[in-house]
Amino acid sequence: MPDRFLPSEFIVNVDHQRCRRCKRCILNCGFGVFDFQNMTTADSSKCVACHRCVVFCPEEAITITRNPLAYREHASWDVELRKAIWKQAQNSGMILTGMGNDKPWLNIFDHLLIDACQVTNPSIDPLREPMELRTYLGRKPDRLEVKLDSEGKIVLENPLENNIMINVPIIFSGMSYGSISLNAQRAIAIAAERLGTLMNTGEGGLHEELYPYADHIIVQCASGRFGVHSKYLNAGVAVEIKIGQGAKPGIGGHLPGEKIGREVSGTRMIPQGTDALSPAPHHDIYSIEDLRQLIYALKEATGYKPVSVKIATVHNVAAIASGIARAGADMIYLDGFRGGTGASPAVVRDHVGIPIEIAIAVVDEQLRNEGIRNMVSIIAAGGIRSSADVVKAIALGADAVAIGTAALIAMGCRLCQKCYTGNCSWGIATQRPELTSRLDPDWGAERLVNLVNSWSLEVKEVLGALGINAIESLRGNRDRLRSLGLDPATNEVLGVKPVGK
Amino acid sequence: MDKSSHALQREEEVKTVELDARRFHYRELNERIKSLINSGYEEIILNGVNGQRYIGDGLVHKVRIVINGVPGNDLGVFMDGPFIMVNDNAQDGVGNTMNSGMIVVRGHAGDVIGYGMRGGKIFIRDDVGYRTGIHMKSYRDQVPVIVVGGSAGDFLGEYMAGGIIVVLGVGVNSGKIVGHYTGTGMHGGVIYLADSIDQSRLGNEVRIFLVNDDDVRRLEALISEFSRLTGLDVSGIDPESFIKLLPASHRPYGNMYVY
Repeated sequence: MPDRFLPSEFIVNVDHQRCRRCKRCILNCGFGVFDFQNMTTADSSKCVACHRCVVFCPEEAITITRNPLAYREHASWDVELRKAIWKQAQNSGMILTGMGNDKPWLNIFDHLLIDACQVTNPSIDPLREPMELRTYLGRKPDRLEVKLDSEGKIVLENPLENNIMINVPIIFSGMSYGSISLNAQRAIAIAAERLGTLMNTGEGGLHEELYPYADHIIVQCASGRFGVHSKYLNAGVAVEIKIGQGAKPGIGGHLPGEKIGREVSGTRMIPQGTDALSPAPHHDIYSIEDLRQLIYALKEATGYKPVSVKIATVHNVAAIASGIARAGADMIYLDGFRGGTGASPAVVRDHVGIPIEIAIAVVDEQLRNEGIRNMVSIIAAGGIRSSADVVKAIALGADAVAIGTAALIAMGCRLCQKCYTGNCSWGIATQRPELTSRLDPDWGAERLVNLVNSWSLEVKEVLGALGINAIESLRGNRDRLRSLGLDPATNEVLGVKPVGK
Repeated sequence: MDKSSHALQREEEVKTVELDARRFHYRELNERIKSLINSGYEEIILNGVNGQRYIGDGLVHKVRIVINGVPGNDLGVFMDGPFIMVNDNAQDGVGNTMNSGMIVVRGHAGDVIGYGMRGGKIFIRDDVGYRTGIHMKSYRDQVPVIVVGGSAGDFLGEYMAGGIIVVLGVGVNSGKIVGHYTGTGMHGGVIYLADSIDQSRLGNEVRIFLVNDDDVRRLEALISEFSRLTGLDVSGIDPESFIKLLPASHRPYGNMYVY
């Protein structure tokens, strides 16, 4: 039986008349597709369609097409299912994949329409009038008590909890050093500082070079406690307890030893070359009471900085969120089932969890019903693809959103879903020095700033159309959304009326 | 290695203060401890401690804290330097995610001792509960150590990635020195037990070995230090009769995936 039992997914074609034999494609491909023997040759079986070669070929001599090989149609036996079986029959194991859920589940954002003002209440022109996107993350007081001081000025009687000001309701999601390169993290850190927003370390510790950006960094404390120590916890503006991740709810993580080189080892504080195993649960958290214990351990360690708790959105998310709020968290980070990852078993990525849209709506509703919505900020992530998604997420009840995949796409990612191989040709999801060095942090930062600024403009434009001049007035304002093509039960869960009502 | 031993050796010279902890909620107690440290005190004696959590949380100072009474959960969590002596039992989460320093408990301790611990030492004179030393790890010259004078509950050293756990089993019935699932998922470090155990108490990822001369020397030093600090009589303990648990593989989950 030939080794190559599975046909290539893509076919790489080099136009030899155009090819000037500069070998840039050989240098640029992280997957080793190209070789040179009198002329440029390509091994299509290695191609992941990341387009790095196409972008860098000066003669546009390379084309990549989907392998047109026909499979006998079968409505039940999708080709991907057949391929999975062939792979697992060849080598026993779970199928590993990267990035977010790629299955065609119903996307609720795409079935929500935003309202606009006409005639009876005027819209606002964001070019002419101030539009407030500034957002404060953290616990808000139950009520404000004020008094007059000796000079007759109004002063607050009850102290406010620490809140974090962000200029845009968009932060960068947790992507660890190890899963992505230091240059990718640098780009995100620079962008977060310029935008006046936040990045998140993920569970990989904080590299010394990023400490100068600490005013724009949330540091994460996850089950492996990698790189977690007193200085690290105190470096950022907030600490996040990572319970779960949208791409892999309920399971731990394994960063293979091959990716733990000298630098990653230093930041995670584990020996080089050993596997970094993150247990599925935190073994000091088996209950809401235990979660409260860790939240306050972190607050005591940091002089009461805000603490965020990140969970994957699962069936019972509303009750869990209520417990998190009551446990003393200042922020709840909801990561929907479309959230990205560096590596996850495909079965979990594609079939576990619930959509972020539903999670936002039910969590917001539950916390409002219990009268504790003010106790936490809700950050929504896992499937935020555009400014429209930002507006809809906030209208459903989020305080802010977090973007991960969108940020990586801005820096060149083509969603090839091979992050776990460590061969990323764009220098993002890799630790190979010859690959990481090609991602210029300033170039990456500029693209991230451009993206978030573009989305901010669009959000302001939509807010103007809605006749709203502050993002705060949109939060949980589900009356300004209508659904199209959703079933009545889903509408009810979302708290959104169908179009026409 | 013991970064806090200096505080012991020059006990006469240290600037000491006593504090009656009975009146304080943990938040106030820990604020007071911090302000005493900032005022230059090197030894703080807390009397009447009764369940206050997070004592020593995140402290990076080379101070000595003596606790008379039972401290609450997460004693020395995220700690990086201090020496803590507890003259009583301790509760859950002692030395959680600790980076360096030392905690000595002259009594029993609860569950989840030394979780994710990366350096320093934890000495518990009597028994510990479940989940001790989970995901301990070593890094460069930091080698975390947990020594238990009595027995340990289930899941000892689960996911252990580095460091040293020693269980002395003083006063413990034969074969009961540790609970079940010992060393499950272990992929680094070493566990020494003073008594042999049935294979059924071990996780699939560990193997039993005999101690060698280096192990014996290491054990002698640790046991002597442990006895000096906890006051436990270790005269009947023979390091040469110990067994050693090591991971079968440093990559127990390396072959779980296809691409």
